[in-house]
Amino acid sequence: MYTASDLRKGLKIQIDGEPYIVTEFDFSKPGKGQALYRTKMRNMITGVQFTQTYRSNDKFDRPNLEERKMQFLYAQDNEYHFMDTSSYEQIFLTKEQLADGLNFLIDNMEVEVLFFGDRAIDITLPTFVNLEVTVADPWAKGDTSGSDTKPVTVQTGFQLQVPPFVEQGDKIQIDTRTGTYITRVKE
Amino acid sequence: MLSPTGLRQRSDLLQAIRSFFLERDYIEVDTPLRLPVLIPESHLIPFTSGDCFLHTSPEICMKRLLAGGCERIFQICHCFRQEECGRLHQAEFTMLEWYHRGWDYLDLMRQCEELIGWVARRLSGFAGLIEEDRLCWQGDRVALTPPWERLTVEEAFQRYAGVSVRDALCADRFDEILVTAIEPNLGRTRPVFLYDYPVELGSLARGSRNNPLVAERFELYIAGIELANGFSELADPQEQRQRFQRTIEQMQREGKTARMPEKLLIELGRMGEAAGIALGVDRLCMLLMGLDDIARTKPLNFSEL
Repeated sequence: MYTASDLRKGLKIQIDGEPYIVTEFDFSKPGKGQALYRTKMRNMITGVQFTQTYRSNDKFDRPNLEERKMQFLYAQDNEYHFMDTSSYEQIFLTKEQLADGLNFLIDNMEVEVLFFGDRAIDITLPTFVNLEVTVADPWAKGDTSGSDTKPVTVQTGFQLQVPPFVEQGDKIQIDTRTGTYITRVKE
Repeated sequence: MLSPTGLRQRSDLLQAIRSFFLERDYIEVDTPLRLPVLIPESHLIPFTSGDCFLHTSPEICMKRLLAGGCERIFQICHCFRQEECGRLHQAEFTMLEWYHRGWDYLDLMRQCEELIGWVARRLSGFAGLIEEDRLCWQGDRVALTPPWERLTVEEAFQRYAGVSVRDALCADRFDEILVTAIEPNLGRTRPVFLYDYPVELGSLARGSRNNPLVAERFELYIAGIELANGFSELADPQEQRQRFQRTIEQMQREGKTARMPEKLLIELGRMGEAAGIALGVDRLCMLLMGLDDIARTKPLNFSEL
């Protein structure tokens, strides 16, 4: 069990049988008054956010959450299938659950899948991924137009800004937390 | 960790506060931090230290010094309260507390205006102090020139929350409404004294002579931040014992333990009329330095130890 005094940003708690993550938190206590824990939370399954003020004696269950390393196998219709590389167990998540993760997900990629009980609810991608550039304007050497970046499309269909020297067919490293270009990768 | 410049500023602030009180013939005192018995307060959780507690405020000792014959005393000390950690709270923090015999809470309000003005005029280089009589904190420009606004708790509840204090107390929502609906509005352009708290929220304050439902207690707010809590002290030992007894019974119902501070009660009858106030020095430092988190005003943070 957690008590209100355990609340902090990032803590995962269970309310009415569902897992929530604390997204914003503020402790307040008016002079000589009771402690108030003003908390904003996101339902980790539905994504619905809500705010609530708790008091010292409020208690919360610890959600049964577990991360397992899994490999992305294939997508079919709206289902994205992953396999546990040690037990060979397979599960799938929907397009909606993966959300922005789809921008960086490629075949055979290893990800952390978050389970609530035996239900897969979210994935964590590697922080850095290497993706191939599939569409890019050619780089005109000596171009003095002054533009520092240009848009390219990578193999997942994701578009981002990169330095002008990046060309079609190059592999580039991307930070999956921000979706930004890090470097060109030589292979 | 504070930079040498930050440490110098914090030191300048402490020295300015000291000079204010020493020039007004106050005695600086340093009472024990480890106490065998505390004032019963249901919302404070003390740390233990051996078979004692670390004090949550120096109130109990300073009142005994007043009863012992002091006229004017002040103290700058560390206080300790478990489970208090946030943008405006630290489990160990620096408190300025002072008492003046023969005064009431109205006198203390005037002295707060004088103290903050005095301190502001003596400091330089503080990011939050844009002129010697004007603070700028997180976008708010707060004029320090007196007189400051005075607002009763009842007026504040009606104005900002549209409910009466009685209704808020009956619904057990007083603190919640105060924190969410009222405090953010207080002292945004000039400091505010919120005063005349319901009697049940002023366990150590004298009842008002004009209104039996309120106690002569006030809080000072600057830029939405509660900075100080003062009152006309309750000097009647019998009345104080009854109030402590009610608090102790309430705490026992909540599974907490507390003892009657007998030595204070024995001496309280000799204290006479007095007013006392506690001011959060770290919070004042935060306002003057223009910082948004109290942790950044400390020479070293707990998390850095």
